[in-house]
Amino acid sequence: MKKLLMTAAVAAVALGLGSTASLAEAYKACWIYVGPVGDGGWSFQHDEGRKAVVAELGDKVETVFVENVAEPDSDRTIERLARDGCKIIFTTSFGFMEPTLKVAAKFPDVKFEHATGYKTAPNVTTYNSKFHEGRYVIGQIAAKMSKTGTAGYIVSFPIPEVIAGINAFMLGAQTVNPDFKVKIIWANTWFDPGKEADAAKVLLSQGADILVQHTDSTAPLQIAQEQGKFGFGQASDMMAFAPKAQLTAIVDSWGPYYIKRVKAGMDGTWTSQQSWDGMAEGAVTMAPYANMPDDVAKMAAETQAAIAAGTLHPFTGPITKQDGTVVGESGKPLSDGEIHGMNWYVKGVDDKLPQ
Amino acid sequence: MRLILEKRADRSPFFAIASPFLALLLTLIAGGLIFVMRGINPLEGLYVYFVEPLTQLWSVEQLIVKAAPLVLIGVGLAVCYMANVWNIGAEGQLTMGAIAGGISPVMFPDWQDPSILVVMLIMGAMGGALYGAIPGLLKTRFNANEILTSLMLVYVAALFLDWLVRGPWRDPQGFNFPVTKTFAGWQLLPTLGGTIHLGALFALLACVALAFVMGKTLVGFEIKVTGSAPRAGRFAGFSRNRMVMLCFLLSGALAGLAGICEVASVVGKLQPQISPGYGFAAIIVAFLGRLNPLGVLFAGLLLALSYIGGEAAQVTLGISDKIAKVFQGILLFFILSCDTLILYRIKLEMGRVGALKAAE
Amino acid sequence: MDQSLAVMLTIITAATPLLIAAIGELVVERSGVLNLGVEGMMVMGAVAGFAVAFMTGSTLLGVGAAIFAGIAMSALFGFLTLTLVANQVAAGLALTLLGLGLSGLIGEAFVGQPGVKMPTLFGIDALVPFSLLLTAGVAYVLFRTKTGLVIRAVGNSHSSAHALGYRVIAIRYLSVMFGGACAGLAGGYLSLAYTPQWIENMTAGRGWIALALVVFASWRPLRTLVGAYLFGAVSILGFVVQSMGLGIPSQFLSSLPYIVTIIALVIISGNKRLTQANTPACLAQSFVPDR
Repeated sequence: MKKLLMTAAVAAVALGLGSTASLAEAYKACWIYVGPVGDGGWSFQHDEGRKAVVAELGDKVETVFVENVAEPDSDRTIERLARDGCKIIFTTSFGFMEPTLKVAAKFPDVKFEHATGYKTAPNVTTYNSKFHEGRYVIGQIAAKMSKTGTAGYIVSFPIPEVIAGINAFMLGAQTVNPDFKVKIIWANTWFDPGKEADAAKVLLSQGADILVQHTDSTAPLQIAQEQGKFGFGQASDMMAFAPKAQLTAIVDSWGPYYIKRVKAGMDGTWTSQQSWDGMAEGAVTMAPYANMPDDVAKMAAETQAAIAAGTLHPFTGPITKQDGTVVGESGKPLSDGEIHGMNWYVKGVDDKLPQ
Repeated sequence: MRLILEKRADRSPFFAIASPFLALLLTLIAGGLIFVMRGINPLEGLYVYFVEPLTQLWSVEQLIVKAAPLVLIGVGLAVCYMANVWNIGAEGQLTMGAIAGGISPVMFPDWQDPSILVVMLIMGAMGGALYGAIPGLLKTRFNANEILTSLMLVYVAALFLDWLVRGPWRDPQGFNFPVTKTFAGWQLLPTLGGTIHLGALFALLACVALAFVMGKTLVGFEIKVTGSAPRAGRFAGFSRNRMVMLCFLLSGALAGLAGICEVASVVGKLQPQISPGYGFAAIIVAFLGRLNPLGVLFAGLLLALSYIGGEAAQVTLGISDKIAKVFQGILLFFILSCDTLILYRIKLEMGRVGALKAAE
Repeated sequence: MDQSLAVMLTIITAATPLLIAAIGELVVERSGVLNLGVEGMMVMGAVAGFAVAFMTGSTLLGVGAAIFAGIAMSALFGFLTLTLVANQVAAGLALTLLGLGLSGLIGEAFVGQPGVKMPTLFGIDALVPFSLLLTAGVAYVLFRTKTGLVIRAVGNSHSSAHALGYRVIAIRYLSVMFGGACAGLAGGYLSLAYTPQWIENMTAGRGWIALALVVFASWRPLRTLVGAYLFGAVSILGFVVQSMGLGIPSQFLSSLPYIVTIIALVIISGNKRLTQANTPACLAQSFVPDR
C-alpha cells in the first residue's frame, strides 16, 4: 500500500511538471535533452539540474524542456525555443554544437549554453564538468578493494571524455597498486540495460571483481550486487539499485551551474565563457562512500578533498602513455586542451583505441 | 454481435478518397481524448499540434525541410510495397548513401566547384542503391526474407558509419570528437529560399515521376500486377526476381539520395547519427500515402507536421514527446482500418455467437 | 572451467527473452499471420510487468501483467488484421510504434525506481527452464497433436481449412494472442529478471531479432532454440574477445550478431528442402470467408 501511494505521488509530480507557471515577467530558461528524461542517466541529471533552478528561483523563472531531440535536426528545435521567448537555452549534448552556433547567430539577444563542446561565440558559452576527477578517486578505491587486482570497465563510445575517464581511473589505481589491470568492453551504446548487464557478467567471468561503467543504466551495478562484487554508480547515486555493491558514485550535479548562469542571465552579468567545473565548484560530487573499510573511505575522502582544494590534479606529469612515450612536465598538470582532446591510453590499459 | 465484412463488387470511389480523412478525423478525436486525460484543453492541444506550426513562415519552411527526406524515401518504399517487396531497411540505405556521397568531400576537402555536388549526389544514390541491392540479391538468389535482411543491414550500416567517423575519417581538428570535416561551399546543397534546400525539389520530382511511371507505363503496370496478383504476373511473363531487384535498387537509390541530401544540408558533415530515423518513419509515410506517389507527398508533410507539432506541444504545453509517437501509431492504425471500407462493407450482425466464443 | 560456466550462464540469460518471443511468433506465423509488432508487444510487457511488480512487490503478478499486456496488444493487432483484414506488415509496424510510445508514457513514473527481481537458483531464474519447456511444448503440440495440425493447416491453406469447417479467423486470433502472451512475457523477463528496472525503449531491438530467429529456424521450434542460443553466444563472445584487449574494432564485433544472422538466413533459406516444407504457404495473407 505504501508503495502504491508512493507511485501515485511520483506520478502526480510527473504530471505536475507540465504546468509551469507562465507569469509575464518570469525569466524563461530552456533545455534540450538528447535522450528521454527517463534515461535515468545523462538527460535525467540535466533535468534534475533544471528542477534545482526551479526550486531555487521559484516563480521568477519559467522553465521549458524538450526531450529526445535527435542531433541531426536539432537546429529547428533550438530555433523554436529561441522564437518562443526563451532567454537562455541549454543544449546538453555534443552533437548540438553546430546547430547551437547556427541558431545563436540568428538570435544575438538570446544566451546559449552548450554542454561538452569547444566552440564559443559572443552569446554562446560552453560548459562541462571534470568527471575525470571522480574517476581518479574511484580508481584508488578500486585498487584497494579488488582482490584480483583487475577491474572491468564498461564504456560507451571512444570520445575524449570517456578516454580521459579511463586514464584518470588507471592513474588513481596505480597510486595504490602499480600493477593494477583493467579490462575494457565497448558496449557501443549509452544505455541498453541488457547489453550492459551482459558486458558486466562477461567482465566478472574474466577475472574482474570490480565494475566501473561509463554507460548510463544501473544494470552493471545490479549484476555486481547479484554476484557479491562491487561497482560504482554513474551520473547519479544508484545506491537504491545496489545497496550492497555500490562503493560510491560519480554524480553529475548540474544544479549549481544552472542556477549560477540563469541568475547571471537575469541580472545582466552573463558573459560568454568556457566553463569546466569540477569538484571544487560542486559540479562533480561523490555519493556517500559505502561498503568499504574505514581506511579506504578515509583515503577516498582525502583524495576528494585534495582535488577539490586544487592541491591534487589527476593528470600531473610526467605521465607514461601506453606506447611508452611520456607527456607532461614533472609536477605540472596537463593543460585543459590536452585533456579535452585526449586520444591515448596511459600505460597499463589493456586495450587499443581506434585511430 | 459480430462484425461482418462483405466484399464490394468494386472499389468504393467514395471511400478511396474519404478514408484518409476519416482516419485523420478519428485520430484527432483520439488525440483530443488523450489531451483530456492529461488535463489539457483538447482544442488548445490540437491547435498547437496541427495548426500553429502552419501559421508561421519559418516553421512552414522547417516542415518542408523535414518532409523532404520522408517523401523521398517514402515514395520509393511505396513502389516497393505496391510490388509486395518489403524493404524495411531504408534507414541503412540512407546511411550508406550518406557515406558513399561523403567520400569525395572527406577525401578532397579542397575540391570546390559544382562538379563535386553532382558527384556527391550520384555517389549517394548509388551507395543507397547498391546497399539496397544486397537484400534484393539475397532474396532473389537465396530466397532469404528481405524484411529481416534489410533490417539487420541497418544496424550494420550504422556501426560502419560509427567506425568511420571515430577512426579513419575523423576530423584531425575536431578534438577527437567523432565528426568528419565540415562540408563547405559547393559541398553543400544550394537553398531554394530560406532554409529549404534542393532536397525538397528532388522529393517533389520523385513523386511526380513515379506517379507517371506507376500510372502510365508498362513497368508501373508490371509492378502493380506482380504485387496484387503474382500468379497473373507470372502468366503474363513478368519476372518476379527482376521486380524485386528493381524495387530494391529504386528505393535504395532514393533513400541514399535522401541520406546525402541531409548530410550536405542540415547536418553538414558525417557524424555517428545523421538521421533521426527517417528511414523508419518513411514506412509510415508510404502507408499513410496509401502507396500512391502523390499521396506520399501529402503523407510526408502530415507526418512532418506531427513531429513539429509534437515539439511545439512539448514547448507550449509541456507534454511528453511520447505523445507524438502514440499519435503516429494511432493514425496508422486508423488509416489501415479505414482502408478496409474501400473494398468491404462492414456490417454488425446481432444475436449471433461471437466468433471467438465459438472457437472454444 | 568456472569462467566458461559463467559465460555459458550469460549466454543463456541473453538468449532466453529472444527464445520466448520467437517461439510465440513461430506459432503466429505457423497459423499464417505475420506480426511484425513483436518489439511493441515486448516493450509493453516490460513496462506492465515492472509497474505491477513494483506496486505489489510480487514478481508473479508482474509476470501475469506482462503476459496480459502482450495479449492486449496482440488482440488489437488481431482486430486490425483478422477482422478488418488490414495489411499485416503495416499493422505490425503500427503496433511497434504504438507500443514504444505508450510504454514510454506509462513508464514515466517508474524511471529511476529499483525493481523487484525474480528469485534465482544457481544464477538461473524460473523463466529459463520455463522457456525450454515452452519450446518442447510448442514442438509437441504443433507436430504431434490435432490442435497443431489444425494450426498448420490454417497457415498452409486457409481456404481448404475453411472448407473443412475450421474457423480460420478464430484459430488465427488465438495463435496471435498466444504470440502476444509470449512477447509480453519476454518483455517482462527483461524488466523483472534480466535487468530489474524500467528504462524507455529497453527492449532495444530484441523483438526484431526474435522475428529473424523464426525464419532462421525455418519455423521449427527446436531450431529456434539453437538459433537463440547461437545469437546469444555470438553477442557474448564478442564481449569476451573485447575484454581480452586484442584491439579488434568494437563496432565490428557489435555488428557480428547481425551479420551472422544474415548469413544464417541465407544458408537456411537457400536450402529448398529445409524451407519449402516448413514455410506457411499463407503467411501474411488476409482471409475473408466467403459466405
